Amino acid sequence: MTELICIVCPMGCRLSIDDSMNVTGNSCKRGEAYGRQEVIDPKRIITSTVRIEGSAFRRCPVKTDRPIQKHLVFEAMKLLDGVKLVSPVNAGDFALKNILKTEVNFVVTKSM
Amino acid sequence: MLDLIVIGGGPAGLAAACSAHEHGLKNILIIERGAELGGILNQCIHNGFGLHIFKEELTGPEYAARFIEKLKGTGISVMTNTMVLKITPEKQVHIVNPSQGYRILHAKALLLAMGCRERTRGALCIPGERPAGILTAGAAQRYVNIEGFLPGKRVVILGSGDIGLIMARRMTLEGAKVLACVEIMPYSSGLNRNIVQCLRDFDIPLYLSHTVTDIKGRRRLERVIISKVDKELKAIPGTEIEFECDTLLLSVGLIPENELSAEAGIEIDWKTNGLIVYDNMETSVPGIFAAGNVVHVHDLADFVTEESMRAGACAAEYVQNGERAGETVKTVKGFGIGSLVPHKIRKEASKGKIEFYFRVNESFKNRSVIIESNNFTLARFKRKVMVPGEMERVTLDRACIPESGEITVKIENEDGGNEND
Repeated sequence: MTELICIVCPMGCRLSIDDSMNVTGNSCKRGEAYGRQEVIDPKRIITSTVRIEGSAFRRCPVKTDRPIQKHLVFEAMKLLDGVKLVSPVNAGDFALKNILKTEVNFVVTKSM
Repeated sequence: MLDLIVIGGGPAGLAAACSAHEHGLKNILIIERGAELGGILNQCIHNGFGLHIFKEELTGPEYAARFIEKLKGTGISVMTNTMVLKITPEKQVHIVNPSQGYRILHAKALLLAMGCRERTRGALCIPGERPAGILTAGAAQRYVNIEGFLPGKRVVILGSGDIGLIMARRMTLEGAKVLACVEIMPYSSGLNRNIVQCLRDFDIPLYLSHTVTDIKGRRRLERVIISKVDKELKAIPGTEIEFECDTLLLSVGLIPENELSAEAGIEIDWKTNGLIVYDNMETSVPGIFAAGNVVHVHDLADFVTEESMRAGACAAEYVQNGERAGETVKTVKGFGIGSLVPHKIRKEASKGKIEFYFRVNESFKNRSVIIESNNFTLARFKRKVMVPGEMERVTLDRACIPESGEITVKIENEDGGNEND
């Protein structure tokens, strides 16, 4: 039995996951999926910034387009140090493709 | 003359302007102090926005963009880099900006959406030396996410509000070591999900019932000393823990930014610094409306959006139909209630339901929220858990509201009863 606080939304439901992967305490389907995933292989969305040239501001916000394995978070962050964008960029553009061969990408979250 | 001037281009101002336009107003102007619309959302690059409004998880800039896109084609005008110096009860707005200099604008209605700002070290009276390296969590967030500077490498965070928690993770991801998050209360004021994904994910210890009692450093911060506090929140001698660090981030509460409102003579709740509003989000001055954190500090941008859409619609109604009359019923904070909005209700002013927003002043488990008038219970709402960190909402049908007098919102007694039942 594992007890978790769900991080899918701000409600923060208290989840219990038993040994046969049954999730209780969730208020939605996303919470059920999260609880199971968190026990098997925890994943997180990363949000950060990268350098941008030619814009009024020096940093462009980015996020992973899907959750990435938790143990890869710091390695993925390191890769962003080498990324430099040039304005104009649009929200949704790729900032870095196929992070650490996970097929997860960093995408721009602000047009600038 | 303009129909409506919205002061502030953050989540509240954007939603209010869009909503006022949808409800028929044509000549709307948004005035924004910063270089671009979006307000503080621009530096909130983390995700978690939009789950209520858009049913998907967005980052701050993405959430702002939804509304900025919506403005296109509406004819709503925007002035950025523009500072409002003064507003008057006659709904004049004195502004200054680099391209037009000083101007006085006039509108049929105003909507105040200035948001809030962070409490600083000065507001807390933390003893100790005054070195560099002590800043608010929001200021650090701007340095990191917009300016591209890391303000420190070894960090202690005072206060466990959401901005502090988010910055604990952000600083860690950028290579800083966050040594501790220190909270004076026995519970965190941040969302549970942020405790999990911002502190526990990175093994950052959370010291509850602790506070900073000394600050050491000649030019730059060198050490922070924290102590355990007793029930009266007084530091207990002998419980000191010392942290060698170069940065102290403060996430110790937000204060509605109401200097303009005060100068215009608009009624303010001096306990929270928030504006006093009617159920239609109108302030004590007819035709001046308000929404978002300038009224009361919200937990989520989504809730700011909801409230601001309502305020924008009510401002449109005022411009089109004039001031609504009606007897005023006052709302009163009863047992367990720390803050309550709206402060006043005009029963005849509109149809439908009235939404009450409140925060409890201590934690409660398995208690009911009671709305009563003249010792008569109007409604009861069961709640499993209520904590001061989370704003609660209950709705009451307008038909239940008495003609005049007062309405009290309170938490039931420990025995489950109501002394007046």
